[in-house]
Amino acid sequence: MTKNQESGMTKMKPWISLGGIGVLAVLLLAVAPLVLSDHWLNNLGKYSCWAIAAVGIGLAWGRGGMLVMGQGVFFALGAYSMAMHLTLETAGDRVPGFMVLYDPLAPLPMFWEPFRSTGFTLLAIVLLPVVVAGALGYALFKRRVKGAYFAILTQALAVALATLISSTIRETGGDTGLSDFKYFFGFVLNDPANRLMVYLIAAGLLIVCLLAVWQFYRSRFGELLVATRDAEERVRFLGYDPANVKLVAFVVSALMASIGGAMFVPIVGIITPAEIGAAASILMIAGVALGGRASLFGPALGAMAVGWGQSSLGSTWPDGWPYVLGLLFIVVILFLPYGLSSLPARFAALRRRPPKEQPAPAPAPAELEEVHS
Amino acid sequence: MFSTSKRMRALVASSAAALLLAGCGARAGDDTAAAGSSAAASCVDTSGATIKLGFLNSLTGGMAISEKTVSNVLHMAADEINASGGILDKKIEYVQEDGATDWPTFAEKTEKLLTQDCVAAIFGGWTSSSRKAVKPVVEKLNGLFFYPVQYEGLESSPNIYYTGATTNQQIIPAMDFLASKGVKTLFLAGSDYVFPRTANAIIKLYAAKLGIKIVGEEYVPLDKDDWTSQVAKIAAAKPDFIFNTINGSSNVGFIKAYYDAGLTPAKTPIISVSIAEEEAPAMGHEVTGNYASWNYFQSLKTDTNPKFIESWKAYPNSSGVTSDPMEAAYISLYLYKSLVEAAGSFDVDKVNAAAKAKPITFDAPEGKVTLDGENHHISKPGHIGRINADNQFDIVWASDKFIEPDPYLEGYDWFPADIRKQLTDAAG
Repeated sequence: MTKNQESGMTKMKPWISLGGIGVLAVLLLAVAPLVLSDHWLNNLGKYSCWAIAAVGIGLAWGRGGMLVMGQGVFFALGAYSMAMHLTLETAGDRVPGFMVLYDPLAPLPMFWEPFRSTGFTLLAIVLLPVVVAGALGYALFKRRVKGAYFAILTQALAVALATLISSTIRETGGDTGLSDFKYFFGFVLNDPANRLMVYLIAAGLLIVCLLAVWQFYRSRFGELLVATRDAEERVRFLGYDPANVKLVAFVVSALMASIGGAMFVPIVGIITPAEIGAAASILMIAGVALGGRASLFGPALGAMAVGWGQSSLGSTWPDGWPYVLGLLFIVVILFLPYGLSSLPARFAALRRRPPKEQPAPAPAPAELEEVHS
Repeated sequence: MFSTSKRMRALVASSAAALLLAGCGARAGDDTAAAGSSAAASCVDTSGATIKLGFLNSLTGGMAISEKTVSNVLHMAADEINASGGILDKKIEYVQEDGATDWPTFAEKTEKLLTQDCVAAIFGGWTSSSRKAVKPVVEKLNGLFFYPVQYEGLESSPNIYYTGATTNQQIIPAMDFLASKGVKTLFLAGSDYVFPRTANAIIKLYAAKLGIKIVGEEYVPLDKDDWTSQVAKIAAAKPDFIFNTINGSSNVGFIKAYYDAGLTPAKTPIISVSIAEEEAPAMGHEVTGNYASWNYFQSLKTDTNPKFIESWKAYPNSSGVTSDPMEAAYISLYLYKSLVEAAGSFDVDKVNAAAKAKPITFDAPEGKVTLDGENHHISKPGHIGRINADNQFDIVWASDKFIEPDPYLEGYDWFPADIRKQLTDAAG
């Protein structure tokens, strides 16, 4: 296996990848607003939010080998920070309506107060996931927790957070969630022009995240991350601390999940614990696996495809959609461990071989062993 | 470097595009904007021989067991209306959507039904959480939503019609019934979400007025079935009655724990607001002798009820028993028909104006209900039933007349005015 193949397509053809991001940017920012109806544009905005989180998962899981099964936690940090700010913006000087329902005379909980400030909210969306993922990652990676243990731990955190939110109904809206936002940083959310703006911000952030990981993958850090994924001990012997490498990737992926969550709120108009719990976190992973976790575009496109499937197939065939998703997942894991985005490369590999030979095994399944071990 | 400059350009271009658009969007405080500047012209097509209506029910997920029945009875009502000529001579063409027991999905599908399918009105929802997800969307797009389940009240919207009971038609009658039985102590058990929390807040206020002591209050999340430790507290508190606001399958776990703890309907009876004819069989014989507060029971003797039961039993895929929420869903479609015919139009504003112009009535299985055009709720009779061995309810108490809907409890002096004001302010 050559070094180039191991670190993926982007190393070989950086300009093609950049061109791809450009095409995606044109499609999302210029073509989509022109050709899609308001409803589908809003849906596309929602898928973009999942795609932003998925890009982060691609970095942590695809390149870093860390199966992050609880990205819902960081999605929630961004989403609830944003939702609390928008709720307070809507409520004005009053205590939000849902709190009055449960305990009419109690004041606003202390931790809500700072979210009145726009600056604090934006800082919280960025810093909260960094701090939480930083502390968590430091504790885990320094202790060399990895593989299934790491996956289960992150998953458990997502479950715990969803349960905590469900059971603190007065402070967080509980199972009903937070909704009915009228304004977005001073802009009336019902206004179609403003909704388009919110969509463009989400789609723009997705492009920015893609550019960021594109730069990451080309950098020395990207090399080091892949090296850590494939041979952590060797990296250690070379004098690097794999824990630090993983920590950076984990923190960046958490930050992206948080940004996705924050934009999800004004676009969808509601956030509930169900959107951040175990099932939601796994659905994010499913999109990444489907698209191809180690590729640049795979995670984002996979997440969008899963979102689209949920909206359209979920409408026409509600009972069947979960089975379709499950079946796709199994097929991809069994036959296309590198996701749908590895299809062109596999066809190319097939064509290069004499037709009588057996199909080639999937290229570079090195990190699969990491996950299985 | 080329890549950096190109990246910068993309960034600048996208942020510039966003800012440019921001310039045209309405900002907070603009008067025109505050009135819902969406002003998306309705795309409802009234030129053809059919009219599209949307049914939005959870066909998958935890609430499917209850909501499929509502969906089914809506189909039955649509078939009946179509067989008798339709609404304004237009046959109903319904679009069924799945809310999937997921509140953001309810919001998304509401938007789809109103903007893609261009339906004239939407019927469905069950949990208060689903209604709260739908509410901002129908208000934004000036659509109509008919909600068929009893709920916690303290809400009204120009875009929602409520055909289930508000608190003064279910909770307050239940409390009146308990007072008439001489109950002195009460334990509150509920699921941990908006309806039980709010219902219990109201129960506590009214109990103080009635001189009933609340000896405990316990909540368990909707999706959790283990009630063992909470029921142990109930057994220790020895209340005269248990007020049960648990919803869905969590009731099964509660009833099991109740039976295991040695509690019996003879000594510690339960009064429920979410166990109806549909749910009772799933609870086993332990529920026999316990009570439920509803407006409609299958056992009600009215002129219209026998035909309703008969049609439902004959309807494909029906459960064979009728219950309050499905009856309220049945009412909702007929009420919409009456409203549209009174307005002579499917236009939302004209329908709302017709509701205010003169009382709209419908001969429902529970009796002749009247729509309140101001708060969009309907008058209902209060009934308390006791579950018998056939999982039907023997009616043991009835309100002396139909109860007018009062979602903000304005006619009840024990409900603090400052709370009402806070709530109406927060809602506005």
